[in-house]
Amino acid sequence: MAANIPTNAQAQGGIGVSVPHTEHEDHLHNDEHHEQSFISKYVFSTDHKVIAKQFLITGIFWAILGGTLSSLFRLQLGWPEATLEWLTPVLGKWVEAGKLNPEFYLALVTMHGTIMVFFVLTAGLSGTFSNFLIPLQIGARDMASGFMNMLSYWFFFISSVIMFSSLFIETGPAAAGWTIYPPLSALPQAIPGSGAGMTLWLVSMALFIVSQLLGGVNYITTIINLRTRGMSMSKLPLTIWSFFLTAVLGLLAFPVLFSAALLLIFDRSFGTSFFLSDIYIAGQALPNTGGSPILFQHLFWFLGHPEVYIVIMPAMGMVSEIMATNARKPIFGYRAMIGSLLGISLLSFVVWAHHMFVTGMNPFLGSVFMFLTLIIAVPSAVKTFNWLATLWRGNIRFTTAMLFSIGFVSLFVSGGLTGIVLGNAALDIQVHNTYFVVAHFHLVMGSSAFFGLFAGVYHWFPKMFGRMMDEKLGYIHFWLTFLGVYLVFLPMHYVGIAGFPRRYYSWTGFDTFSQFADLNKFISVAAILAFFAQFIFIFNFFYSIFRGRRATENPWQSNTLEWTTPVVPGHGNWPGAIPAVYRWPYDYSKPGAETDFIPQNVPFSQTQSSNMPYEREMAD
Amino acid sequence: MHTSEVLTAKEPGTGQHPYRLQLILLMISSSMIFAAYTSAYIVRRDEGNWLEFALPVALAINSAIILVSSGTMQWAYMAARRNSIKQVRIALILTFILGLAFLVGQWNVWGDLVASRIFFGGTDANPSGSFVYVLMGVHAFHLVTGLIFLWVVLRKSLRYEVHSKQMLSIGNATIYWHFLGGLWLYLYLFLLLNH
Repeated sequence: MAANIPTNAQAQGGIGVSVPHTEHEDHLHNDEHHEQSFISKYVFSTDHKVIAKQFLITGIFWAILGGTLSSLFRLQLGWPEATLEWLTPVLGKWVEAGKLNPEFYLALVTMHGTIMVFFVLTAGLSGTFSNFLIPLQIGARDMASGFMNMLSYWFFFISSVIMFSSLFIETGPAAAGWTIYPPLSALPQAIPGSGAGMTLWLVSMALFIVSQLLGGVNYITTIINLRTRGMSMSKLPLTIWSFFLTAVLGLLAFPVLFSAALLLIFDRSFGTSFFLSDIYIAGQALPNTGGSPILFQHLFWFLGHPEVYIVIMPAMGMVSEIMATNARKPIFGYRAMIGSLLGISLLSFVVWAHHMFVTGMNPFLGSVFMFLTLIIAVPSAVKTFNWLATLWRGNIRFTTAMLFSIGFVSLFVSGGLTGIVLGNAALDIQVHNTYFVVAHFHLVMGSSAFFGLFAGVYHWFPKMFGRMMDEKLGYIHFWLTFLGVYLVFLPMHYVGIAGFPRRYYSWTGFDTFSQFADLNKFISVAAILAFFAQFIFIFNFFYSIFRGRRATENPWQSNTLEWTTPVVPGHGNWPGAIPAVYRWPYDYSKPGAETDFIPQNVPFSQTQSSNMPYEREMAD
Repeated sequence: MHTSEVLTAKEPGTGQHPYRLQLILLMISSSMIFAAYTSAYIVRRDEGNWLEFALPVALAINSAIILVSSGTMQWAYMAARRNSIKQVRIALILTFILGLAFLVGQWNVWGDLVASRIFFGGTDANPSGSFVYVLMGVHAFHLVTGLIFLWVVLRKSLRYEVHSKQMLSIGNATIYWHFLGGLWLYLYLFLLLNH
């Protein structure tokens, strides 16, 4: 099948995981024969593939933790009367007389959001796949600056250590919600979590932002400067386009969060009043005057909204790539896919105030933001229809990655529809701060991005570790997760429409809400089961690294350049010269072709039977 | 590092060296910080309860200093293109000294502000004053990174590594230094027009 692929990789055939540095032996560009120590190869590595795995494994750690936190607060929400004494060995003093400490409940919610949004779905998702795929798919030996790339991971690591340590301090971690609105987040008198926990949160996020900027600058530079011969922007795989625009969003949005965080630090520790004014707390009037808490919300959501696209766009790119490969069809509307990514990126910066419809903003301004928000439905619909059209009459191979990609589209549609509801100021004001909002963003951005992440891991695992993940365990993992997600979040919409407020520790005192006790229990059971289903993935992942079936160079018969490397590419990616690119990445099932896929590095002169008229000219 | 040597051997896609592009991207990113602060400043000012005060005169002197330092930096760059290594060193040292002078000047302005009872924080502080400290402070932080960059280039030039065939580092330093100067002039004009 793969006989017509001219790759130097084939000569290198069966390089196993543990064989180090065979690539140096016939390295054209590099005649340094140095043995790397364990430290420089796996710890302070400048190889983008190792850094990607570092991001992935750190991300997995955070995902387990974030999931555990959500199970804890789902226990509280599902069984508000139950005793949680049995959790004392884990939670210690946060369980008081069999009850979860209410302030710790808020900390759980806050840390769950922070961890999932930033540490898993930003660093774990785009950190992993931007690092892994950009050089491999554009035909570069590494990132533009391997050193900055390494720094990016280690800043993330230090930031992770600080955030993690904040879970164990006496006053508890930050508890003002992942959006850390002042004045709650600014005043230690208001809630214990706004003490040292909040300080650590801010320091950790500042380092996180540095990590994101170092990474993002590298991704953009690499994509612009280091593409191989023939790899024009219009021949890039959609993954690369999505990573590129994600990095652009990060570069423009994260500095603004940094600005807001710095002002908040000044308010908390240096006595300024940027966000604080006229506050009377615990029987005392605070001296702060002249601040504006709404100002913080503007600054925060100027990052916060692009952030949700930073989370979802890499998933979109990977899903496009995986779908085309496994439907054995060209992606439908390649240019429309790029155009819609550009449209989403642009719009993401002018819709932030739809998070603030209830802040008393001018209704006219609200309508402008509402209008711009609803326009996002257009590029999103373009993408959705293109994915569906790609599947239409495709010769679909239901690999685990493909299932997760289809699941992604399903969740994106289900969650996106409620986005149209929430984008309308009048409707949003009604369901603001209810579980309707929680259900919306968990489907459209949380679960979808997770599905993109899973799809990516299942699809590129063979290139990462030279082995295959187990398909059967993958199917079980997919179906449990897919059903679990819907069973959790569909009822949540219903509860939300009834006005059930988010972030409430206890709701049993309200007759309006206590009728939802059964539904809450149901959601909790589904959430905890779905969480446990993830351990199937974790087992599959770590088991397959060591014991999985050995992979071939191109197990999915895909067109992109990473599959022309050896089974496990070494530092430098290609043992010989970097392949040149002649065609777009989506020549699947091309009429007249001998095989149902033609990799990007196959010149038109070798595929006379399938060339289009204009391609025949290029072949000459 | 051997990887970067391998990489630079390739044809760059924009005709720009990757480090040049990285610098430009980082400058865009920094600009976003100041865009955020200056728009926050305007939003906050329009909400009222805004203490108006005259900016210290010394800020004009500092602005003049940083303007001149941009000139000497440009001189260093041109001298490097002409291969006048001595002039490069003199101009870089001058720029470095002017940069330090600017920082000292900014520090003194903070003193002047405190003397006229415009405080950064505390009971008497108003956001209008705090913003001035933040803008000056964050800019000064960037200027320190600029001075470190200058120092690196200066050391290179002492080792004869800055000349017409090796213009990358001094070129980047020049761009960054002009950026820092331009940024300050923007901030100064912004404060003059909006205080």
